[in-house]
Amino acid sequence: MQEHIVIIGNGISGVTAARHIRKLSDKKITIVSAETEYFFSRTALMYIYMGHMKFEHTQPYENWFWEKNRIDLKKGYVNNIDTDAKTLHFAEGDSLKYDKLIIATGSKPNKFGWPGQDLEGVMGMYHKQDLENLEKHAPNKDVCKRAVIVGGGLIGIELAEMLNSRSIPVTFLVREDSFWNGVLPSGESEMINRHIKNHHIDLRLGMNLKEIKSDENGKVKSIIIQETGEEIECDVVGLTAGVSPNIDFIKDSNIETGRGVKVNRYLETNIPDVYAIGDCAEQHEGINGRRPIEAVWYTGRMMGETLAQTVCGNRIQYNPGHWFNSAKFLDIEYQTYGWVFSERSKQDYEKHFHWKHEDDTKCITVAYNKDTNKFLGINTFGIRMRHETFDTWLTENRDVDYVMNHLSEANFDPEFYSHYEAEILSAYNKQLQIA
Amino acid sequence: MSLAKPDAIDITNKQKIALAIGVIGLFILTLALFNTDFPNKGLFLTLSLGLISGGIIIYSREAYLTKLEGIKNDGVWFKSISSRGIWGWIVGIILTTFYIVLYFFPKYLGLGTDGAENSGLISLFDPLSQLLSGRNASQWFVYGTLYTVAILAFGYKFILKYRHNRYQQVRTVSVMFFQLGFAFLIPEFMYVMNNSLPYYDLKSMWPLNYYIFDEWSVNGFLSNGNIGLALILFGIISIFVISPILTYKYGKRWYCSWVCGCGGLAETAGDSFRQLSSKKMSAWKLERWLIHTVLVFSVVMTTAMIYTYLGYDKNDFWLTRGLFIALVIGFLTLVFAGVMFFKGKEFGKDAKYGAIGFFVVIAALLIMHFTGTTDNIFFIKGGTLRSAYGLYIGSIFSGVIGTGFYPILGSRSWCRFGCPMAAILGFQQRLFSKFRITTNGGQCISCGNCSNSCEMGIDVRAYAQKGENIVRSSCVGCGICSAVCPRGVLKLENDTMEGRINPTEILLGNDVDLMDLVNKK
Repeated sequence: MQEHIVIIGNGISGVTAARHIRKLSDKKITIVSAETEYFFSRTALMYIYMGHMKFEHTQPYENWFWEKNRIDLKKGYVNNIDTDAKTLHFAEGDSLKYDKLIIATGSKPNKFGWPGQDLEGVMGMYHKQDLENLEKHAPNKDVCKRAVIVGGGLIGIELAEMLNSRSIPVTFLVREDSFWNGVLPSGESEMINRHIKNHHIDLRLGMNLKEIKSDENGKVKSIIIQETGEEIECDVVGLTAGVSPNIDFIKDSNIETGRGVKVNRYLETNIPDVYAIGDCAEQHEGINGRRPIEAVWYTGRMMGETLAQTVCGNRIQYNPGHWFNSAKFLDIEYQTYGWVFSERSKQDYEKHFHWKHEDDTKCITVAYNKDTNKFLGINTFGIRMRHETFDTWLTENRDVDYVMNHLSEANFDPEFYSHYEAEILSAYNKQLQIA
Repeated sequence: MSLAKPDAIDITNKQKIALAIGVIGLFILTLALFNTDFPNKGLFLTLSLGLISGGIIIYSREAYLTKLEGIKNDGVWFKSISSRGIWGWIVGIILTTFYIVLYFFPKYLGLGTDGAENSGLISLFDPLSQLLSGRNASQWFVYGTLYTVAILAFGYKFILKYRHNRYQQVRTVSVMFFQLGFAFLIPEFMYVMNNSLPYYDLKSMWPLNYYIFDEWSVNGFLSNGNIGLALILFGIISIFVISPILTYKYGKRWYCSWVCGCGGLAETAGDSFRQLSSKKMSAWKLERWLIHTVLVFSVVMTTAMIYTYLGYDKNDFWLTRGLFIALVIGFLTLVFAGVMFFKGKEFGKDAKYGAIGFFVVIAALLIMHFTGTTDNIFFIKGGTLRSAYGLYIGSIFSGVIGTGFYPILGSRSWCRFGCPMAAILGFQQRLFSKFRITTNGGQCISCGNCSNSCEMGIDVRAYAQKGENIVRSSCVGCGICSAVCPRGVLKLENDTMEGRINPTEILLGNDVDLMDLVNKK
């Protein structure tokens, strides 16, 4: 009998692990999911609501792929895990035995105990079911006269863009005094503030949700803002104040959990033959300045790639390379390579060079060590840059002058686009003279 | 469990008025079609084309200039016309009917036969034709005019839609220029200068322009002295010299999405339908069989056609049948041997299919030569083969299905499944070109916007999510995948051939040792 690998969760982490295990071995593989029958790209949910794509287009593999690669798919909700008997028990009543178990259940939207947070019309934007819920409560601007979004992160702004695409007025409550400025340096964060407002989104900075009020049918009617006491009538409330590991069903098992499923560098839990990857995994200590829990698409994929080796006999540590990430804020693309911290969280030695184009939709921030001049990282908005180039420069420990003088090598914008490297370099040199 | 399709996003009142203006313009054409005899045809033609263009211009300005620059695909899959809804089918049926009448029953459009005056729709276009070339309109002049108006007006719309993207703008201006100048005006002016020259759209090259080596065409050119000879030489040089050089440097996009008229219409009027092309693996398989079959068909057919009117000896022309067949076989063998020598390893299983295709063509040509009489090529009349090609490929495939089915199969089904020119360029693009779509390290999030917007049905995401460059024979380099990518992952580039095709298993950003271990295996 082939060893049976069971993966809970059919997101990017679980599916990547399954694909790589299949490449490396003949093991029996089963992916369990309660959300959807087939793997889809969670990052693309927004485009379904916006009408750019249909749900089937968000599925990266055609439906025959799974059978052809002998990856069994099981739709079911795991109620609990019996690690002694190596058995999963499903809410539907059946059970499934495993030899090795990979937990890849991802995240769920945070709820901070706000009054009314479970009313009809209140939702996160994470699962496919959230999308269906949104379609039900906000099909158009007649049914949903206004939506309020609580939480100024990446999902919040995506939800704002979604609703905006159907001309539904949006009030966007952001706890911070500028959008996502726990992560972004102020120049960038402020540019995004203006961009959000240019899209006629009612951005409320420094505002928290006090409570969500219900109508007589248990449906959301309005919200109250903590700071001002203002009541805003709305038909939908989007809760997008971050996510946390989706591991409630594990809490009763012998598997050690903190905020997430605790894993070592090999992505192994405290129980032999049980592993955790992706958003739901929590490292005992963050790796190379990373957070212990990384709820990012790319890291989920990397953990899947890594764990497949371990499961197939080549036990290796999860050892991600240079940090990178990306997002899109309405019409402005964002990429980051290496580390650029916001004013709130940066160390003393980290210094920034910031350049912004006069059209207010493009800017970059380059972080460097002011003592050694070593290049630390770059944030780029509205200008595409080449991952490989920055990865190489970071590995080679280039200094900031080198990077600024060779910036054009990293340009990844389409052909015929205007180039700004000369302007950026001259601004950089000017700043050096002043300093 | 599928999401109910929401209502389409409403268009504004201004857009409704714009639509009405355009419909009135079309209505004038419809009246003409049903033989309304307009008093001042020139005026009504101007009015009609002006209203159609004006409607499109006003509509697009309202659609795009009222919003910030960016990707404008909201509601594409909700709108009936762009998601195979009822309007999509209606437009598809109208277009298909138009093509059938155009190709097979031009008299219903009002074409005067046997010297009779034009009537109906075609007569409405007489004043414009008189103005340009001093003769009355034909169904092809009507078609060419409408085709050009469509590319210009919808090209304007496309430029507004992508007003943040200079690659898209430059490319669109290019197809508008080539359609208006090379396909529409220059042939008319050439007629004025020398009315015995066959119609020649300089940018349309064999095998897309499959009739250029027909007997009437070649005779037409050769009977016109140096200018005719120069033109036919240009036709030969286009496909055998100019095209390989440009395709090597820039990929087939230089032709397919910068110059070609079929591509021009697909990129402008067809833009709203690009997402309808099938991305299934089965569609890709069908594509490879179909397009190469058409290519084989067109090579054999053209060879047979030329063969038929060549003589056995040198009385008529220096090129004899025997020499011609030897040249064709020699050329094909050279190409085949060259590819196998340089690229045989990259091919794998496909090499077998390529070899089979090659030997089928050679065998066909030899049988043709040794069984042929003046009239019969492998027991079929040469003319029959040519007219079959003209009917099934030239008319039904490229026109009726290729364009008529825009709202059903997507905007490039002809380019993808049928165009023999695209097959040749694609073959070269896959093997000997600097062009590729570069994938940006590990940044892909598998969202699928790229695949969704690929009019050629390439599953772009399948490559991008593996960190692999896209090197596909069918890619026409329109650049929309790159434009719609929300994470800046795709870039159309001309770079060295070295490392152009880079299959990977582990993407950039993970453990460097793991990448080495897995990717270099």
